[in-house]
Amino acid sequence: MSENRPYTLVAELTYRCPLRCSYCSNPVDWAKRKNELDTETWKRVFREAEELGVVGLNLTGGEPILRKDLEELIAEARKLDLYTNLITSGIPLERARLAQFRAAGLDNVQVSVQDVDAKESDRIAGLRSFEKKLEVCAWVKELGMPLTLNVVLHRDNLDHVAEIVALAERVKADRLELANTQYLGWALINRRALLPTREQLDAARKVAGEARKRLLGKMEVLFVTPDYYTDYPKSCMDGWGRRFIVVSPDGLVLPCHAAHTLPGLKFDNVRDQSLASIWAGSSGFNAFRGEAWMPEPCRSCDKRGVDFGGCRCQAYHLTGDAAATDPTCTLAPSHGLIETARGEALGGEAPPLRYRSVRIASAR
Amino acid sequence: MISADTKPCIASKARLRYDRIANRYMLLFPEKGLVLNPTAAEIAKLCTGEHSVAAIVSQLASRYGKDATEIESEVMKFLTALSERGLLKEAD
Repeated sequence: MSENRPYTLVAELTYRCPLRCSYCSNPVDWAKRKNELDTETWKRVFREAEELGVVGLNLTGGEPILRKDLEELIAEARKLDLYTNLITSGIPLERARLAQFRAAGLDNVQVSVQDVDAKESDRIAGLRSFEKKLEVCAWVKELGMPLTLNVVLHRDNLDHVAEIVALAERVKADRLELANTQYLGWALINRRALLPTREQLDAARKVAGEARKRLLGKMEVLFVTPDYYTDYPKSCMDGWGRRFIVVSPDGLVLPCHAAHTLPGLKFDNVRDQSLASIWAGSSGFNAFRGEAWMPEPCRSCDKRGVDFGGCRCQAYHLTGDAAATDPTCTLAPSHGLIETARGEALGGEAPPLRYRSVRIASAR
Repeated sequence: MISADTKPCIASKARLRYDRIANRYMLLFPEKGLVLNPTAAEIAKLCTGEHSVAAIVSQLASRYGKDATEIESEVMKFLTALSERGLLKEAD
């Protein structure tokens, strides 16, 4: 079997979203990219992905439920026997439509909340939405579907992990994802306001670890440590172009949802080529596959087959060089950038949050 | 706790799927998949809520012509692992 085999297709159905979260992972120039794929093209993408080996499908965005053809897309995925997960804010969703998703064969629903109470959650989302989200969680369970509750963690909610676990138990989540912010896109713009301290992180990790043990077999508790506080980078996307295919709303085929923010790389569009030819031949996909591109200290590092050099987007957005060692690695020559950012998290008044907007923001 | 009388059933969040690229079964669940070896796949296929653990063991022992105690430890190990990940429920 080939070293590179996609298992998961991440279908970003739209960049549109009623929420304005200040850590949104969509590209900061999302509003320029309005030309969404039509239903038939998405169905072809699903079929071609399955032929390549994909077994799991994440329907995401933006807010995927804004697509009027979502029922039809779920039905197609089911026909292909793909394990289909809907990643949603739950806004705007009606119970009857959720029931249609279930009837069409949806396997799992992942709902995000931003914090444990309406005031804080709505402040982060930039929209009154918390109560509605909890209602959607209840519908998911009433309709007999598995529920993942997702909370993106940062400085302002990291101290609430115990309450978040209690909320997840209350809504009967099957899985709780406590995912620390990844500092790219909007989150990088807002890093000074979002990055937690090490003390906060250690305390939260302890609470999550205890919850994981206590809830073993009942609710899966996942805690994703932010790479700003680890010794080695994370294995971003399980390695560039190895296991994931991301298709953007306008049809670009990418190794990760931010890859097209890297200059000098060419990515291809499903409107012009089959997924198979892109997976095998796209110069953007091949740019960081294998080890030939790696600089030192990665190239001779015994962890290069574990973390694959970390995150290319992080390398570019922090150092200006996409082929650099991920600066979150303590062995990286640029690691001082991370230490400086951590230092900033300790002191001083944080600037106000900049919400995701149509205005094209600059990270620098 | 899983015992000989338990009638295990794959939890609703998980789905068994044949992987025709690599000719094997996978158990899929949110964000993840477990690659199953041939024995694990046979066990998983019998986790429908109709068969007790004892019945699964005896069925597999006769199919493979293996010792029941050997099969039993394999079955218990696999089912316990699934259960701890919330991938198994007990039929009522």
